[in-house]
Amino acid sequence: MTAIQHKPVSPVAHLTPEDVEELGRLLDEIREEVVSSRGASDAEYIRKVIKTQRRLELGSRAVLLASLFPPAWVVGTIGLSIAKILENMEIGHNVMHGQWDWMRDPKIHSTTWEWDNVTPSEHWKHSHNELHHTWTNVLGKDNDLGYGIMRVDEDQPWSPALLGQPFYNFLNMLVFEYGIAAYDLELFALGKASAEKKAATWAKGKQVLRKVRKQVLRDYVLHPALSGPSFVPTLAANAVANLVRNVWTHSVIMCGHFPSGVETFTRKSIEGETRGEWYLRQMLGSANITGGKFMHVMTGNLSYQIEHHLYPDLPSNRYSEVAPRVQELFERYGLTYVSGPLPKQVASAWWKVIRLSMPTKADLDKRAARKARRATGRRPAVPAQHQQETVLEPVA
Amino acid sequence: MTITQTEAVESTSTRTRSLSRTLGRVAEALCTPLVPADYLDIVAPMRPGARRAKVVAVRPETARATTLVLRPAFRWPGHRPGQYLRLGVDVDGVRLWRSYSLTGPQRADGTLTVTVGALDGGAVSSHLQSVRAGALVEVEGPDGVFTLPDVAPAKTLFVTAGTGLTPVMGMLRTRLADLPDVVLVHSARTADDVMFAEELRDWAAQGRLRLVERHTATDGRLTAAALADLVPDLAERETWACGPNGLLDEIAAAAQVQGWTQQLHTERFRPVLVEPGTGGTVTYGRAGVTLEADGATTLLAAGEAGGVLLPSGCRMGICFQCVVPLTEGSVRDVRNGVVTTATAEDPALVQTCISAAAGPCALDV
Repeated sequence: MTAIQHKPVSPVAHLTPEDVEELGRLLDEIREEVVSSRGASDAEYIRKVIKTQRRLELGSRAVLLASLFPPAWVVGTIGLSIAKILENMEIGHNVMHGQWDWMRDPKIHSTTWEWDNVTPSEHWKHSHNELHHTWTNVLGKDNDLGYGIMRVDEDQPWSPALLGQPFYNFLNMLVFEYGIAAYDLELFALGKASAEKKAATWAKGKQVLRKVRKQVLRDYVLHPALSGPSFVPTLAANAVANLVRNVWTHSVIMCGHFPSGVETFTRKSIEGETRGEWYLRQMLGSANITGGKFMHVMTGNLSYQIEHHLYPDLPSNRYSEVAPRVQELFERYGLTYVSGPLPKQVASAWWKVIRLSMPTKADLDKRAARKARRATGRRPAVPAQHQQETVLEPVA
Repeated sequence: MTITQTEAVESTSTRTRSLSRTLGRVAEALCTPLVPADYLDIVAPMRPGARRAKVVAVRPETARATTLVLRPAFRWPGHRPGQYLRLGVDVDGVRLWRSYSLTGPQRADGTLTVTVGALDGGAVSSHLQSVRAGALVEVEGPDGVFTLPDVAPAKTLFVTAGTGLTPVMGMLRTRLADLPDVVLVHSARTADDVMFAEELRDWAAQGRLRLVERHTATDGRLTAAALADLVPDLAERETWACGPNGLLDEIAAAAQVQGWTQQLHTERFRPVLVEPGTGGTVTYGRAGVTLEADGATTLLAAGEAGGVLLPSGCRMGICFQCVVPLTEGSVRDVRNGVVTTATAEDPALVQTCISAAAGPCALDV
């Protein structure tokens, strides 16, 4: 993809500013309907999911006490993997979004929730809720576009190091929770950071290490030790469950914004953005996954990525009900609702990672121009729109 | 016991304590990032020590009041008659907290009783009218300073209206025997609306207290002047009054004029709630800043303009980084006009970036 502003034909060219505001108003209406009808059945839903997840986790860990016995290992590992996925996706991610804050239950609240992930919830809420959800798909602002280690958009500059990005992505998939922790610490941008920023990162890094220590102790020491003679198989089961969760969450998250058809935006384009325009950006910047009920729950309803980005704080169990209405608005306003089954979307996202690791002729030309510019300290003549992109605006 | 034996006993108990501490730490490490209680709540919500209670019996007291018999899961620390507990219940999926006076001593079987009067538009009181035996409620308490002194006063007066009778019932059921001279003036809409009527009328018949029932449907509202007529030796009595704010204000004013303020003890069931308006005085408690904000300025913007350091994030209501406790007053969601009200007994967490003052309000930040 290329930033929407650089496309020869913009997919939103047919919309007038009035259309966009009307669209925003209609989306607000849907939101209000859900907000005013939140109630006991929603509360019952999240409590049921939490209960199921904890029972499944306890049950699987109990079965793993006998993991020396291969069938027990298989059953326990599958159960623990599912429990860990549910805990991160349908429960943790969504609770931290404040989707259940309206219940006023201090145990299920964005300000108190801590999840089974090496990233402390405070770090996640900043990098994900605040940065990613506010600046979704804005080049140079939303670091989720490639996590700072990959190029997932034609408008991101190519460099030879990116030749390895399919490999980085594969590696990141295997250790995804650690990748997220490093990403939230902004470790890849640390070289250029001020001393103050480095000190703050070190303090945050210590919080991550504390969580890592606790989780390692739990998964790789204490639960295996409880299993006695099954120590090693239980340790392996925990490692596999963590690996399964890493691979699954990485795949689901790649499907949210990387598949083909999803649009990106330039920084300039969001200056003075209205509520309607913000909604429009969320609509065009996200992609859904189709599938059955179990698949939706296992993705934490991030399979309704479009609806989630429009309404990040609405209870996840309600996305399925608003999806047809949101889709109808896409059709009415002539916009593309990007959606597809998991394998197709995963393949599409991976293909982009592979494709963009290699430069096109244009990428090489731009790189040469950048180099020349640096050497002479002078701006060469480049197309006006691209020149704009290199202007750094102060960060708000 | 010899010194050696004492030491042996002590070291055993120290060892037991340190063993249980170690086990506790291991259990915590096994459960991280949750705590053992999170798992226990799933399998044994009424385990000993859990801060909740089971409703073991429900009986209608009048057509508009219901008595709940509660069995706490934790060791009840005991309460002084007149004190209340706080009940947390989920109404339409939302956890709400209200205070209810304990209407008697803890019984031998460990149960406690509260009586809940249905308030018009009261979310929790209406919900509790239809609660069934077996339901679980969250419990905190006891608390409250509306209590009798250890040394019984020679002459006592209780003035109550409606559910204002409940703390006084707690006092009478526990202490009536040591109170030598008791007058109870109780105001209710009709004779049928008097809670605990049979018990009170029995006590009156036995001469254990003087009961004056005031039925407002026929006799009109109880006023301070009427009270003075009903109880001529008013100024000689130690008085406990509980009821609507209007009545209490009037009694307090009369006591001030007649010079018996020192003998008057009152308890207000409902804080003086301000009708939600537009804009108001905002208090940022911990920062020690108070300022005026209009109904179009968010609490975040107003606070920042006033030099308060507030957490913030997206500034558009989506990231929940700015959530802080609202300890008192009302705020309005500027996106949809929805008003959230908090009281000291039921504070709420609000997003400052999309909330504006809807009357005076206080934030704990």
